[in-house]
Amino acid sequence: MELPEPDPSILSKKDRVVERLREVMPARAVIDDPTETRAYECDALTAYRCAPMAAILPGSTEEVSAALRICHEEGVPVVPRGAGTSLAGGALPTADSVILGVARLNAVLETDYDNRIIRVQAGRTNLSVTGAVEEEGFFYAPDPSSQLACAISGNIAMNSGGAHCLKYGVTTNNLLGVTLVLMDGTVVELGGAHLDAAGYDWLGLICGSEGQLGVVTEATLRILPKPEGARPVLMGFDSSEVAGACVADIIKAGVLPVAIEFMDRPCIRATEAFAHAGYPDCEALLIVEVEGSPAEIDAQLSLITEIARRHDPVELRESGSDEESAKIWLGRKSAFGAMGQINDYMCLDGTIPVSALPLVLRRIGEMSTEYGLDVANVFHAGDGNMHPLILFDANKPGDLERCEAFGADILKLCVEVGGCLTGEHGVGIEKRDLMSTQFADADLDAQMRVKDVFDPGWLLNPAKVFPLAASAGRRTGRRAA
Amino acid sequence: MMRPETEAELAELVAGAGGPLRVVGGGTRPIGAPVAGEALSVAGLAGVTLYEPGALTLVARAGTPLAEIEAALAAENQRLAFEPMDHRALLGTEGAPTVGGAVAVNASGPRRVQAGACRDALIGVRFVDGRGVAIKNGGRVMKNVTGYDLVKLMAGSHGTLGILSEVSLKVLPDVEAAATVTVSELDDARAVAAMAAGLGTPFEVSAAAHLPAPVAGTARTHFRLEGFGASVAYRAGRLCDALAPFGAAETETDAGRVADLWAGIRDVRPFAGSGGDVWRLSVKPSDAPGLVARLPEGARAIYDWGGGLVWAEVAPGTDLRAALGAFAGHATLIRAREATRAALPVFHPEPAPLAAIAKGLRAQFDPRGILNPGVMG
Repeated sequence: MELPEPDPSILSKKDRVVERLREVMPARAVIDDPTETRAYECDALTAYRCAPMAAILPGSTEEVSAALRICHEEGVPVVPRGAGTSLAGGALPTADSVILGVARLNAVLETDYDNRIIRVQAGRTNLSVTGAVEEEGFFYAPDPSSQLACAISGNIAMNSGGAHCLKYGVTTNNLLGVTLVLMDGTVVELGGAHLDAAGYDWLGLICGSEGQLGVVTEATLRILPKPEGARPVLMGFDSSEVAGACVADIIKAGVLPVAIEFMDRPCIRATEAFAHAGYPDCEALLIVEVEGSPAEIDAQLSLITEIARRHDPVELRESGSDEESAKIWLGRKSAFGAMGQINDYMCLDGTIPVSALPLVLRRIGEMSTEYGLDVANVFHAGDGNMHPLILFDANKPGDLERCEAFGADILKLCVEVGGCLTGEHGVGIEKRDLMSTQFADADLDAQMRVKDVFDPGWLLNPAKVFPLAASAGRRTGRRAA
Repeated sequence: MMRPETEAELAELVAGAGGPLRVVGGGTRPIGAPVAGEALSVAGLAGVTLYEPGALTLVARAGTPLAEIEAALAAENQRLAFEPMDHRALLGTEGAPTVGGAVAVNASGPRRVQAGACRDALIGVRFVDGRGVAIKNGGRVMKNVTGYDLVKLMAGSHGTLGILSEVSLKVLPDVEAAATVTVSELDDARAVAAMAAGLGTPFEVSAAAHLPAPVAGTARTHFRLEGFGASVAYRAGRLCDALAPFGAAETETDAGRVADLWAGIRDVRPFAGSGGDVWRLSVKPSDAPGLVARLPEGARAIYDWGGGLVWAEVAPGTDLRAALGAFAGHATLIRAREATRAALPVFHPEPAPLAAIAKGLRAQFDPRGILNPGVMG
């Protein structure tokens, strides 16, 4: 992956920029010692590292505004960072950039159960949002796998999803308002406690813009009453085609499960060795979870198992208790950890139309042979959001490059069958140069025109999302200006 | 009237346009300030191009009548979860509402509180911008974070950033049964509190609306439950229990009557054919009764979305924003004489930085200012 060369004229004014930043926030919140800035050299895409020129940890919207105004005046790129859990390199700095971390912005500002909202500072972790309201019987729906660590600001930047979004939607469907600081320091309030936007849908535009349009410091989130209960059923099949057909039949029958998760044989075997969840050794496994009262759950599960039986399952295990539910989820929840035990892995998240599932899985299998790299598939089957995990050995020369080429081929396949490059992780640097396979020049230009309006100097997280060549004129234009 | 039959023709017409264009779908939702310009109809861009019930996705050209889409969905026991409002009765218009029109105004019905708005169901768009360039964004899969979400930006942009040529929607299974649970004779504040209580239960209330006495004769606070038959019956019972502090609740399970009641609320039928201006207020639900109390003498109000959406009917020519003073949320003038819509901002004025960004976006997507100029103020 190519990274832009740092601009020497920016590096040369480091001392002045750091000094000015220390004037607007506590001195310890401005980090410029090279041994300390290394903590910000990468996010969860650890193959790429580059320490920033400095890192700042503002403690308020006012401090964010003041810092951005200074960086704007000095022409210094700013890379916003939530909790640093991006799998796409969304928070990867360049050597001439300032990392703006929101770690100190983690307070709950307001909980309002009558209006079913919570207002938080954007550095608060996803799971702790639910933690703040669960005693009153509420929860925050988007649940990315990294929810223990990931920050709401990053969820907004990448429009994060999770296992339960088939029913509850992703971040953009659960975000009601933000406090947004523009690159020039201007603070704007978008939305609030009301349900729809005035004028253009600014919130929809900000959500998923990968920190390129502004820095979110506060967010108003929709909270929902917790369901009475939830229980899964596990089913195993002889082929992924049959599992895919079963998913389609469940959906067509009018049941809307809260989650439909899929694992293939390599993934089942790896997780069994690791977690001993008692999964059947079969080609394809589904976990389908439904919600409601005990009687409602029974009724839905009996309908689902009746549909499954028509597809000759090799295993059908309905959970009858919390303990059994936990055991069914155990393997799925440890899938990534299990793969990590075996090897280094790269996790992709292309989305495909559900009907293309058998074709895509077959092609991935063929490519796995061609590239000589193993791949395991675990994903959200209800919405077609795949998660192929390609195994490689980071210590073996050439393996990472081969893995990246294999990954790129899988993503191109996702686009070819009518899907997209990324369903919930974001583009970042990882899929930046593949954007042209999904979008024509005019499509990318339309998106870049939006950034031109919000950040005319292209200073916010500039070398992400768009192919470097496509954004070059805009990024270097600011230096000429 | 220009009436392109393909997206390429549409692009050519826009590129070659010599002056302002007034974009028309079915012509049933004339919302916004009056627009002077040559009419351009997208009705010729019609037809469902892809429907995969197993994937819960439908793609249609922008001029496709909603009725055609709803019929295709009904055949597979599915539906548009955002139940788009039909504006014909309220606005006194005729014609066939199109899917592009519903998207352009982000038309969303009572199920907004549970299943989201039109913009939440919208997963992909194709449009032609003011330069005549065809652009796509999003796609046909429901989880997609590839690049900026211009899909949402297009929803509710009233044709000012581009002319929609195709839309992709997430659809949902239709339900086996529905019921309405009703509590009567609550004042507005108690009604909003009751709706908060109902929406705060785990019984998946799919709509909550309040029709005060001046609208309904006797004040009625309604809740809708949907799902499998046994489930609806169970939840109705539990909901009635939860609402007991607000009075005895009645349950209606006749499918036709349930559907008709909610269609009437969705379409604001009580204000159809009345002489007043109609405003749409989007507010924090608990603020709603206080705002309604500040409406001018003689005004009537309907609460939907648990109080988050207030339809207010006032005397013609009233500047409702002036009457209400500052409040959190926004007010849109949906029905008024042309002179009123020309004199008062139809959409809520935005703070200066946002207004500047909106202007900047229009300059990027419509540099000649020919797409529905001025419709959003």
